[in-house]
Amino acid sequence: MSDPLLQPRPEGLYCPAGDFFIDPMLPVTRAVVTHAHGDHARSGSGWYQVAAAGIGLMRERLGQDALIDAHDYGETFRMGDVEVSLHPAGHVLGSAQVRMAYGGRVVVVSGDYKRDPDPTCVPFEPVPCDVFVTESTFGLPVYRWPPMTQVIDDLLAWWDDCAQKQIPAVLFCYALGKAQRILAELAPRTERTVHLHGAMLRLVESYREAGVRMVPTEPVSESARGRDFAGELILAPPSAAGSPWMKRFSKASTGFASGWMQIRGNRRRRGYDRGFVVSDHADWPGLIRSVEDSRASRIYVTHGDGDTLIRHLRDLGHDAQSLRVLRGSDNESGG
Amino acid sequence: MHRFAALYAELDRTASTLAKREAIASYLRDAPAGDAAWAVYVLGGGKLRRLATSTELRQALAASTGYADWLIDESYEQVGDLAETIALMLPEGDGSLADEPLQTWMEQRLPALAKLESADRIAQLQAWWRALRPAQVFLLNKLITGSLRVGVSHRLVVQAIAQWSNQPTDLIAHRMSGTWKPSAEALTALTRAAGDDEHLADRPYPFFLASPIEHEVETLGDMSEWMAEWKWDGIRAQLMRRDGKIGLWSRGEERLDGRFPEIELAGAALKTDGVIDGEILAWDAASTLPRPFTALQKRIGKLKPGAKLLTSAPVCFMAYDLLEHEGSDLREQPLRERRDMLAALIDGVDPALMLSPPVVADSWAALTVERQQSRERQTEGLMLKRLDSPYRVGRKRGDWWKWKVDPYTLDAVLLYAQPGHGRRSGLFTDYTFGVWDGDTLVPVAKAYSGLDDKEIGQLDRWIRAHTTDRFGPVRAVEATHVFELAFEAVQLSTRHKSGVATRFPRILRWRTDKSIADADKLDDLRRLASG
Repeated sequence: MSDPLLQPRPEGLYCPAGDFFIDPMLPVTRAVVTHAHGDHARSGSGWYQVAAAGIGLMRERLGQDALIDAHDYGETFRMGDVEVSLHPAGHVLGSAQVRMAYGGRVVVVSGDYKRDPDPTCVPFEPVPCDVFVTESTFGLPVYRWPPMTQVIDDLLAWWDDCAQKQIPAVLFCYALGKAQRILAELAPRTERTVHLHGAMLRLVESYREAGVRMVPTEPVSESARGRDFAGELILAPPSAAGSPWMKRFSKASTGFASGWMQIRGNRRRRGYDRGFVVSDHADWPGLIRSVEDSRASRIYVTHGDGDTLIRHLRDLGHDAQSLRVLRGSDNESGG
Repeated sequence: MHRFAALYAELDRTASTLAKREAIASYLRDAPAGDAAWAVYVLGGGKLRRLATSTELRQALAASTGYADWLIDESYEQVGDLAETIALMLPEGDGSLADEPLQTWMEQRLPALAKLESADRIAQLQAWWRALRPAQVFLLNKLITGSLRVGVSHRLVVQAIAQWSNQPTDLIAHRMSGTWKPSAEALTALTRAAGDDEHLADRPYPFFLASPIEHEVETLGDMSEWMAEWKWDGIRAQLMRRDGKIGLWSRGEERLDGRFPEIELAGAALKTDGVIDGEILAWDAASTLPRPFTALQKRIGKLKPGAKLLTSAPVCFMAYDLLEHEGSDLREQPLRERRDMLAALIDGVDPALMLSPPVVADSWAALTVERQQSRERQTEGLMLKRLDSPYRVGRKRGDWWKWKVDPYTLDAVLLYAQPGHGRRSGLFTDYTFGVWDGDTLVPVAKAYSGLDDKEIGQLDRWIRAHTTDRFGPVRAVEATHVFELAFEAVQLSTRHKSGVATRFPRILRWRTDKSIADADKLDDLRRLASG
């Protein structure tokens, strides 16, 4: 693949004409970072370009001393010979698609994105282009997200049920994006306080500073020793499941919020009592719609079940290809 | 249907037996009796006819969605359950049939579906799907494909009915044994108080099942309170003679009438009525030993065996216990009395009706020595039964123990893998293992269980990264990993490429310390099989 705008390299996706990397895995001189999840935002690079909406989260992730330029969505800036602009991806707060224009061609790297409404971030903006690079985390037609109102109904019913049984309800979800989205979706529905695992505190704070309205929260760590959490909702990252931290929530009912919970086998295998289908990635119809919206003549598909999406896009008459970009563990954005 | 779909969802999302029992009892309280009867039947593992082939379901799905066959196949491979794959891929239906009672589906709609021509059946399926919500589509598909597994045992259903109707569990279990036909009347009859007119003549008794012994046998106390007998490996069954009529029921509570005429003849030769608990075995009169289970398998499938098969694969009934004699229920009597009556009843009646002989030893240590003959005697080990024990219902711990001999083991190499189903769907969990035949590895066993979730995940990732070939859902993998397998027996077989068949293979452990050169050889298995 010899495209002046796009070249997979060991460090990450490279733009030769602009001499910069997108979401590099290793330290490089110049980086454009699409969003603050750990498998995309890596510290150690010389100079970062990010979306202004996510600057707080980026500082948390990349370090207070990192050299970061923040750009408003849609604002154009030059990197080498390339005109670059960042556009909302609807994935998490401050997430961006990278638009690159050079020599009369436009390439859009969409990063991680979703099409469903989310009160914590600006919705995905379709950007017309010649070449569209899409993710495919949920690249199978069995993945179609239910409306969030329905998920929140289920979540509230589960919380009420736990309250009635006098047991805690512990919901596992990724600390950046998913947790805040749930807290924000709950806000118009309840005034009750939700308890947070320590790993979520600063991230929730960053969202509040960015003006996102969420239900009241309280750190679990600030509760008195031996406090009874019966009937309370607690949010924790999946890594806390099965850890000694869980001991304080005796007889807790556990839930997991993830797109993978769409499949019954996954729900049963994970051993959580409840699965809630919440994802910050596009579902199958969202992927297809975004490809159509881009009006691109060539589609590159990155991680996930890429082969299926590529074959389907070809069936639909698109020129679709695979683009292998190495990513680290996607513990944070894995669903 | 929506009420039953909601019950299914509730059962599906809890692992707690107590919660499941509550959910079923609560459903029984609210549902119309006709629906409740069918719910009880299907949850308790009642047989459903397969009403459409999976090919028809796939064709209907392709027609409803416009998706290509390969895309449907890929999706199915990920989900591991066709009923669910369909529910996830279809456009959402309007729910206009959501309130249709379960009874109507089971008694009218589904039987009518079976009578249609294939093309009309596909059209009917599509029409129903358009009229149901996803959870109901899923359940309908499960009913159509005849497999409704939701972690509910027959026993649990019986307990839920007992809880709801406030009747003793054992009474419900007995009334439900045999062929219970679901209907509102049958459910009412099931749950009325016990009366003197109780007529259960056509029913077998619920079987009493032994549990595996987990401690040293010495902890069972004074040996004189116990009886030992061989653990025979055949089909557990009840042979009954009531009012002179003969019946034969398997532990799965299926009627076996007609399949084993020599046993029915032996039953007819009994001088008085009785119900005998025992084991059907393929029997070799010359060696007075049972023949391998594969010999019995030839008989299981044959509804009316011919003279040739009767001579080449004869069977016998090894009697364990007497549950009823001349119309009176003996189950509360101590085992020692039941055994005495059993011995008197069957003595000299027919060579095909044998008394399972006690294994006599004067100490636990001596019994342990006797047990070492288990394999030579073609048995799986010993059964230990308390002489004072009543004949209980189901698997109750304490009075009856099975003390099996240690399994055979072998080291084999992982050759193929395919995705599992249910809890393991979407993961490669069904493995095929091979051993060396000269310098090639030949498959000798398929095994599913034995690894923990962490190992399964690790192996799944490895399989995906080291696939060398694909055959539909099956992946051939690089020969790298060695596993220690346990199995109960090995037999020569012409149906298997390797020439041997292993019985109950399962994974004992992942031998990361071994290389493929350390795997076992086919010759050793052959020797074991012919020895």
